Amino acid sequence: MLTISRALYEKIIEHARKDHPDEACGVIAGPAGSDTPVRFIPMQNAERSPTFYRFDSLEQLKVWREMDDGDEEAIVVYHSHTATPAYPSRTDISYASEPQAHYVLVSTRDESETEFRSYRIIDGKVTEEPVEIAE
Amino acid sequence: MAIEVRIPTILRSYTGGAKAVEGSGATLDELLDNLDAAHGGLRERLVDGEKLRRFVNVYLNDEDVRFLGGLETPVKDGDTVTVLPAVAGGSR
Repeated sequence: MLTISRALYEKIIEHARKDHPDEACGVIAGPAGSDTPVRFIPMQNAERSPTFYRFDSLEQLKVWREMDDGDEEAIVVYHSHTATPAYPSRTDISYASEPQAHYVLVSTRDESETEFRSYRIIDGKVTEEPVEIAE
Repeated sequence: MAIEVRIPTILRSYTGGAKAVEGSGATLDELLDNLDAAHGGLRERLVDGEKLRRFVNVYLNDEDVRFLGGLETPVKDGDTVTVLPAVAGGSR
């Protein structure tokens, strides 16, 4: 299960809407082992594409070092699909490499409604999980 | 000659769980061969044939080795090499 505050949930949706039609992407860091998303870190999509995303490699190094220094880890890795459903694609699955993370997928394909779903992706296996939004 | 190599979570099964290991070599290529001798299978996760894999980021200190010399990047004692799998994906 992903437990996330309403404020963070809304930040992800806002980011996805803002970058539409390009895919938006980012991380929410939290204390290592806590499974609690705390610190919202939107990332540049270095591909700047409506069908692909990739963290800029130097920005990723900076963020990963900061998390390491602060004893944090990536609790949520999120990105948006702009014309397809909020479900992990083949490439999403093959590049998923943070086994402890909740992979959040947002779809902005519908102007009036944003889909928000969360998954665990471990060793190529996708398991959807419920999302609890804490007020 | 000791070069620190920082290993991401997903590759720590090759290093017995260690976050960082040490190796030696004059180039990144040699360093990866050296590491593979102690941690078998690690090199293949980073290198495909003659080139670094596209969706793995390797850094020498603060720089991405793609902008240096790739596998031919010279390395020396006291350097830190960091490996991070790229975070990427798409609609397909």
